[in-house]
Amino acid sequence: MVFLGKLADLAGTGEHVIATSERCDWPALEGHLARVGGDALVEAVRAPGVKLAINGTLLADKRDLSAGEGDEVAFLPPVSGG
Amino acid sequence: MRDVRLLSAPFDPGAPGEELAARCPGAGAIATFVGRVRAGGGVEALELQHYAPLTLPGMEALADSALARFGLMGLVLLHRVGRLAPGEPIVCVAAAARHRRAAIEAVDYCMDHLKSAAWFWKREKRGDGWHWIEPRAEDRRDLRRWATG
Repeated sequence: MVFLGKLADLAGTGEHVIATSERCDWPALEGHLARVGGDALVEAVRAPGVKLAINGTLLADKRDLSAGEGDEVAFLPPVSGG
Repeated sequence: MRDVRLLSAPFDPGAPGEELAARCPGAGAIATFVGRVRAGGGVEALELQHYAPLTLPGMEALADSALARFGLMGLVLLHRVGRLAPGEPIVCVAAAARHRRAAIEAVDYCMDHLKSAAWFWKREKRGDGWHWIEPRAEDRRDLRRWATG
């Protein structure tokens, strides 16, 4: 898992490796997020403006996530203006 | 020609215009925009974060889109990442075309897209610590200017 922007502050880290042999779908991902950053991180990632990318490809709907061993899942909050 | 780069060290914002002048001799117009970290206002530093698998490919796609849309002869997109001091250049967009309007509009188009749609996250350091910069409604409105045509 790679956390960008303010999501890294909520996660307490920019990167986190999940050790599991099972495939990871959206419900499982929420469980992993809760263990890393609690409910605050889960809520932040659920926000409509937050996108997910798997191995550098954006998901049209983040709830379609299906990740396995070696995959990199990035959590992308809205980009900054200014 | 197309030159798109992410830079982790300060750069000379005059170089892209000279590069285009040298490499696009048929260009009658070269327009350059340089964005800098605003000095004053209590900001001590600006940090730009990117995500390598998305940020540079996104900028390359933007450059290709601008080259085609405005019929450019050349385009340079340079963007800093990492920690910047007030006054340092953040971004430079330079476009070369046969005539001025295409060059000027291409720079405007690229900047609107870089500001609101490119994969960068910015935070600024003030006296009380770091603050993430949130998206601004103006940037999304600027982007919509280009939605038609």
